[in-house]
Amino acid sequence: MSTQPSQRILFDEPGPRGRRTIALATVAVALLIIALVIVVLAQLDAHDQLEPQKWFFFTQPGFATYMAYGIVGTFRATLVAAVFAFPFGLLLALGRLTRQPLVHAVCVGWVEFFRSIPMLLVVYAFLLALPSYGLNLDIYWKLVIPMILVNSATTAEVFRAGILAVEKGQSEAAQSLGMSARMTMALVVLPQALRLVLPNLLTQLVSLLKDSTLGYVVSYPELMERGRILTSYTHYLLQTYTIVAVIYVLLNFGLTRLAGYLQSRGNRKSAGHRGSRTELAATTMA
Amino acid sequence: MEIIRSNAGVLLDGLTTTILLTVLGYLGALVVGIVVAIFRVSPIAPLRAVGTVYVEFFRNVPLLSLLILVAFGLPDAGLLLPLFWCGVVSLIASGSAFVCESVRSGINTVSLGQSEAARALGMGFGQQLRLVILPQALASMVQPLVNVLIGTLIGSSLCSAIGISEITNVTQQLNIKYAEAVLLFLVSGVAYLVMALGSGALGGVLERRVARSSHQRRQVQA
Repeated sequence: MSTQPSQRILFDEPGPRGRRTIALATVAVALLIIALVIVVLAQLDAHDQLEPQKWFFFTQPGFATYMAYGIVGTFRATLVAAVFAFPFGLLLALGRLTRQPLVHAVCVGWVEFFRSIPMLLVVYAFLLALPSYGLNLDIYWKLVIPMILVNSATTAEVFRAGILAVEKGQSEAAQSLGMSARMTMALVVLPQALRLVLPNLLTQLVSLLKDSTLGYVVSYPELMERGRILTSYTHYLLQTYTIVAVIYVLLNFGLTRLAGYLQSRGNRKSAGHRGSRTELAATTMA
Repeated sequence: MEIIRSNAGVLLDGLTTTILLTVLGYLGALVVGIVVAIFRVSPIAPLRAVGTVYVEFFRNVPLLSLLILVAFGLPDAGLLLPLFWCGVVSLIASGSAFVCESVRSGINTVSLGQSEAARALGMGFGQQLRLVILPQALASMVQPLVNVLIGTLIGSSLCSAIGISEITNVTQQLNIKYAEAVLLFLVSGVAYLVMALGSGALGGVLERRVARSSHQRRQVQA
C-alpha cells in the first residue's frame, strides 16, 4: 500500500495490529471529514448561501460569456507576458554567466532587484507614478509590463540553473572540437539546457497566470476583475469569488501536472546517463 | 526627503504591518505546513487525500484571489475577520502548501536504506526521525523554506489590494497625497530589497550551519 517514497522512508510495512489500527483510524477520519463538511454546509445554509440560483447564476448565457471573456483576458495577459519575459530571462541568464564584468553586474542587479520587490509595487509605479512623468500607457500594458519585468528575473534564474545543470563534459567536448565559446553555448549547451528547463518554464507560466490577477488592481478585464464587476451586479460575493478561485486552481493544476509529466519523462529519458535531474522548481506564491 | 521625515510615523507603521504579516504568516505556514506534510505521508488514506487536496488547492490558487475570497466572500457565510487577520490567514494557507511540499521533498532526499538501517537497529519512530532522517533532510529543506519566507514577504504586499495599510499601501496613499513618486517608491522598494536580501543571506548562513552540524554528527557517529 505504501507507494510514496516518503512513506516508505518513515514507516515500516504495518503488521496485523498496525493494519487494524490504520483501518480504525481511516474510518474515524472519514467520519470526521463528513462531519466537517456537514458543519460547513450547515453554516452556509444558515446564511442562505446555498440557494441554487446563487451558485448557478453563471450558467445563464450572459454571465457565462462575460466570465469567458475574463478568461480570454487572463490568457491574453499571461501569454503575451510569457512571450516577452521568457526570451528576456534567457538573455539575463546568459548575461549573468558571461565574464564581461559590466554585463554581469547589470544582469545580477536586475535579477536580484526584481526578484526581491513585489509586483504590486511595480504595478503601482506604472499606474500612479509614471503617468505624472508623462508615461501613461494603455491599461493592458500597465499590467503586462510589470509582469514581464518581475518574471524576467525569476525566469532568468530558471534558465541559469538549467544551463549550469548541463554536464561540463559537453562543453569541454565542444571546445576540444574547436568550437568557440559562443558556438558551444548556442549549439551544444543551450539546446540541452532548454530541454532541461521546459517543465520549470511551465511552472513559470503558473506564476504569470497568478500575477495576471493584478488586473484587479489596474482594472484590466481579466477573470478576477470580471468577477469583481459581476459581484457589484449580483452581490453573490462568496459564490463568484469561489468560482473564480476554482477556475484558477483548475488552470494552474493542469499546467503543474503537465510540468510534472514532462519532468518525469525527461528523467526517464536521461536515467542512466545522469544521476539526478534538477528538481522541479517551486512556483512562487503570489 | 522632507516628506519621508514628516511621514516617518506612517511609513514605520506600514513597515511594521508588513513585518507582522510576514512573520505571523510564515510561522503559521510552518506549523500548518508540517501538519499537512504529516497528513500527506500518514498511512491513513483519507488524511492523505485531505492533504493532497489542500496542497493542490492552495498551491495553485493566486494569493490575490484567495485574499479577496477570504476578505469579501467569507463574511457572507458569517465569517467576519478583521482585515489584518484575513491577510494573515490567506498568507498561512498559501504558504503552508509550499512548506508542506518543501518538507516532503526534503524527506524524499533521504535514501530508503538509511531508515531501513535505523529500523534494523531497533530504533523507534521518534529516534529514527530525530537521529537519522531529519538531520539529513533538514539541510535540503532550508533553501526552499527560506524561499517561502521571501514569498510570504512579497505576497504580503497583495494585502494592500484588500485595504490593509502595509508598506505598499502606505506608499501608494502617500503618493496620491504628495505626488512624489520616485522618492516614495524608491524608499519602499529599498525596504523590500533589504528585507528579502536579508532573509536570503540569513538562509545561506542557516544552510551552512545545518549542513555543518549534520556533517559533524555523522563524523561523531562514524
